[in-house]
Amino acid sequence: MSHHPSYLGVFLTFARNSLIRDMTFRANFIIESISSVSWMIMNLGFYTLVYRKTTNIVDWDKYEFFVFIATTMIVNSLVQTFFMPNAQELSELVRTGGLDFALLKPIDTQFLVSLRRVNWSSLGNFVVAILLLAYALPRIDGWTLSIWHVLLYPLYIVLGVLILYSVMITLAATSIWLGRNQSLYDFWFYLTNFSRYPMEIYEGAWGTPLRQVFTFVIPILVVINVPARLLAKPLSSEFAWLGAFAFVATVLCLAVSRWVFKQALWSYRSASS
Amino acid sequence: MIARVQTWWTILRICLEERLVYRGDFALGTLMRFLPIVTQIFLWTAIFAAAGSGKIEGYSREDIIAYYLLTMLARAFSSMPGLASGIARQVREGEIKKFLIQPIDLVGFMLLARIAHKVVYYAVAAGPFALVYYLCRSYFPGWPAPDVFAAFLLSLALAFAVGFFMEMTLGMISFWFLEVSSLLFVYMLFTFFFSGHMFPLEILPDPWRTIVDFLPFKYLAYFPAAVFLGKIEGDAMLFGLAVQACWALFFIVACRVFMHRGFHRYSGYGG
Repeated sequence: MSHHPSYLGVFLTFARNSLIRDMTFRANFIIESISSVSWMIMNLGFYTLVYRKTTNIVDWDKYEFFVFIATTMIVNSLVQTFFMPNAQELSELVRTGGLDFALLKPIDTQFLVSLRRVNWSSLGNFVVAILLLAYALPRIDGWTLSIWHVLLYPLYIVLGVLILYSVMITLAATSIWLGRNQSLYDFWFYLTNFSRYPMEIYEGAWGTPLRQVFTFVIPILVVINVPARLLAKPLSSEFAWLGAFAFVATVLCLAVSRWVFKQALWSYRSASS
Repeated sequence: MIARVQTWWTILRICLEERLVYRGDFALGTLMRFLPIVTQIFLWTAIFAAAGSGKIEGYSREDIIAYYLLTMLARAFSSMPGLASGIARQVREGEIKKFLIQPIDLVGFMLLARIAHKVVYYAVAAGPFALVYYLCRSYFPGWPAPDVFAAFLLSLALAFAVGFFMEMTLGMISFWFLEVSSLLFVYMLFTFFFSGHMFPLEILPDPWRTIVDFLPFKYLAYFPAAVFLGKIEGDAMLFGLAVQACWALFFIVACRVFMHRGFHRYSGYGG
């Protein structure tokens, strides 16, 4: 008899329960999917307009940049599907004292509070992003699909999602210290806003330090840039180090966020019971 | 008459107190709202570096950044977070009944609450706004002529009126449909794209460029900023102000009409 819970089994149960819950309010589910998709379509419209006035942004031409946007959509939709609702709920759990129940369960607390709820409607953007990739990739000059694309692109997407998750759970853990963290979502939005652009645009007296901070201290620039460049641009040795760095950054981020989360848990005082 | 003024004054004071409870949250939120402007500066620098000619639709790089900063100011006047959804919630939960029973005008009460909200917001946000504008002063072409500046201030005030009464009208629709959140989302998308909050509207190709001229959205962000930067001047500016005032008037009447029709339809659910 094993004393370890089956993490995969528990996660699949969470996923199924969430799907049942989403399907109970089907109209709401459809509206939410449409809203998040239309938001991205508007964003795409903006860049279409910009590319009528210019041929490229830094060294990204129109279709390469569409791949970049699609990558942003994929990563963000995965984060929103699996982690966003949970991180938001964590501060609520702290405020109401509901975290007590999570602590009592015979399973890793971080796992439980991070993956409890799956927000299926956010996957709408994922589908649109795949369509956008299928549209943009063949239109890039001299682009051919290689085995590296197929193998590494999904891998770097996962690494990106994990980095964003680490930042998010660290932010959410601060709600344990602060008691309440309502502006979590705002702060998250403004922080990840920096990651939505090719890192080369951060240039100059202010830009270069900014780029270095967001590459090496809080590596959110790695999140989109590495997979997008891998897929849209020919592989170059120049960016090989960045590809290697992405692995190191992900491991470090996960380790640090785990440490912060555990520290925060130690200072948790139950609000009620 | 005096009693009436006293009533409204009391309501305004209560609303002010209510808003000040969250002043810390306010100040932090305001500062964070400027973070996207940093990426916008870098993005447009990159776009202009590639565009070559140095101007896009008459806007230089400096103009565009000044434009974004000015639309943020205009949006501080015209955006009404939670107004329509608040009315929808009151209708749904039956809270709106109090305006039917008490001798208080719904629109007037909401207007005062919103003015209190805005006054507190400006008091808290003035610091961050001044700081960011000072840091970015090199992007501005300098102070406009006094008459242009007066027109700019007037357009900001009208932007508040258009924003408030348009969203009030939208909120009144909840008398007919109990759930309006998706409608509000569409409204938000439209305002974001067609108010010029995302980019100067000159960038839009025809026929869109013409269509936005017939919509009220551009008076929420684009118009005040364009007046300040001298993109719209002379007779066109006066004409624009007149149209903006007409839109404000239109929605003042529309929200009244919708309110009275709505009150007639209304049956109070909930306790």
